[in-house]
Amino acid sequence: MMSIRQRVPGTRRVLERNMLAYRRLWLIFVSGFFEPFLYLLSIGIGVGALVGKIPGPGGKLIDYRDFVAPGLMATAAMNGAIFDTTFMFFIKLKYWKTYDSMLSTPLTNTDVASGEIMWSVLRGGIYAMFFLLVMLLLGLLHSPLAVLALPTALLECWAFAAVGSAASSYMRSYWDFDFINVVLLPSFLFSGTFFPLDRYPGWLEVVVRCTPLYQAVALMRSLVFGHLDVSAAGHVVYLVVMGIVGLSIASRRLGHLLTP
Amino acid sequence: MPGEPLVVGRALTKRFGDFVAVDGIDVEVRPGETFGFLGPNGAGKTSTMRMIGCVSPRSGGDLRVLGMDPATDGPRIRARLGSVPQEDNLDLELSVWDNLMIYGRYFGLPRPVIRERATELLDFFQLAERRDDQVDPLSGGMKRRLTVARGLVNAPDLFLLDEPTTGLDPQARHLLWERLYQLKRRGVTIVLTTHYMDEAEQLCDRLVIMNAGRIVAEGSPRDLIRQHSTREVVELRFLDADEHDRALDRVAGVGERIESLTDRVVIYTHDGDTTVKELAQRGLAAESAYVRRSTLEDVFLRLTGRALEE
Ligand SMILES: Nc1ncnc2c1ncn2[C@@H]1O[C@H](COP(=O)(O)OP(=O)(O)OP(=O)(O)O)[C@@H](O)[C@H]1O
Ligand SMILES: [Mg+2]
Repeated sequence: MMSIRQRVPGTRRVLERNMLAYRRLWLIFVSGFFEPFLYLLSIGIGVGALVGKIPGPGGKLIDYRDFVAPGLMATAAMNGAIFDTTFMFFIKLKYWKTYDSMLSTPLTNTDVASGEIMWSVLRGGIYAMFFLLVMLLLGLLHSPLAVLALPTALLECWAFAAVGSAASSYMRSYWDFDFINVVLLPSFLFSGTFFPLDRYPGWLEVVVRCTPLYQAVALMRSLVFGHLDVSAAGHVVYLVVMGIVGLSIASRRLGHLLTP
Repeated sequence: MPGEPLVVGRALTKRFGDFVAVDGIDVEVRPGETFGFLGPNGAGKTSTMRMIGCVSPRSGGDLRVLGMDPATDGPRIRARLGSVPQEDNLDLELSVWDNLMIYGRYFGLPRPVIRERATELLDFFQLAERRDDQVDPLSGGMKRRLTVARGLVNAPDLFLLDEPTTGLDPQARHLLWERLYQLKRRGVTIVLTTHYMDEAEQLCDRLVIMNAGRIVAEGSPRDLIRQHSTREVVELRFLDADEHDRALDRVAGVGERIESLTDRVVIYTHDGDTTVKELAQRGLAAESAYVRRSTLEDVFLRLTGRALEE
């Protein structure tokens, strides 16, 4: 095993490679931010005008746009985290052999896994930061605790990136990525981003409460309204465990696939 | 030869599931020499090179590279290796220049050092004009040259090349040979695989011939020819297959050994001219009879059984 001290520079070099690559692709990078932003304008503010007040954290009645914004922020972070750890990860692994070339240098498969995941945390974190800024400008932050939304977003990105790369390492072809979309789209629509969970029948509510995105959405919302309770600790633990499991599967799979 | 060997394999084995790709080979590469692996497709050359390059764990036996064990010291060994894999794996999202820069960064080299080396390497491999181009649109041979150049960015002590000249035009091939001679003069140890016998004869101080995962011969090109072939070879060609088959009966007993290939009959002999005369006395009418010196290719064909299968 390599010590942590040796591993950090390896991680940083994988980050450096992605920064070089995105110098040419900065438009793609920036565009990732716009989708949740457009949802905020159209649904949060546009549709919100028709909806009226709904119950927020702690049961207090709040405007619809205040309800939707934290959920969209969690979505922005998640998107940033999984762009490069799903499809791109797969292409670099199977078709471009980018990781093979890294492994013929002193870098190890743990460096590759943690470097790609760190990059995704960085990318998702940047989206979350800008989204938070927009919320501040639009007056959608209601508590000083909202500053904690940023570290929370980083934790969320890390967990999603880890699981995303672990899942992608099992993909056999492009078509398998339809499975990922089948999971992502409903979780975007139904993880409590757009409406409160009490609209669901009891069993479905339980299912939604177990989804990864719901943990992040609920955390963001309670931070933005300054309404923290013990359930927050549960969400954090969920994301931490998710990240650890994802990371260990991802680096084991990389070792298995890259150094047969 | 002074110094410890840079690569020592003992009963080195590679298995993929039940399949044995490398079947307990013993190899030793000495400091400063150019060492070759020859063998037909599927012989296990790449599998061996990947174990030496510390990118594929061995399944059995023992291996030391630069005095260390790849199983525990992979990163430290790789820091001093240059490797050119059989299939190019350039970074397709980066330009020619950035490919060299980032590869050097993977080794933790400072940017000014990489810049200097990259400039020199691009000049040498005649890629300087393409330095700001993306990699994907480069021609196959240019990609190959860039892969070789990339392998030298960290100024390796041991340079591993898996079929480095496959796909290169003759000019580019000679360019690479020249570079390898230069490196050799500087004391760099080189291990390569090739399917070109002239390349092996030109470059390798010593080589092994592999077949089906085993080493079937070992030595310098000259030793191998002396041990496994005769001094000269007579090649006979015939108008058609019938002529060819009829001739086989007549030539029996001429020379040291006879092999029948699809397109010709090859007679191994110590003295080609005498053999040709003897054939004439037997009244054999070949369309052409050609006398040449024995080459590594004859050794290769004999030892890998290729000639017999064809
Ligand atoms: N990852 C792998 N999984 C399963 N079998 C493999 C794998 N890599 C190589 N092999 C098998 O091992 C054997 C040796 O392959 P190897 O690539 O070492 O041959 P080679 O001598 O380099 O051949 P070539 O001249 O065609 O490059 C082949 O039969 C090949 O199918
Ligand atoms: Mg090969």
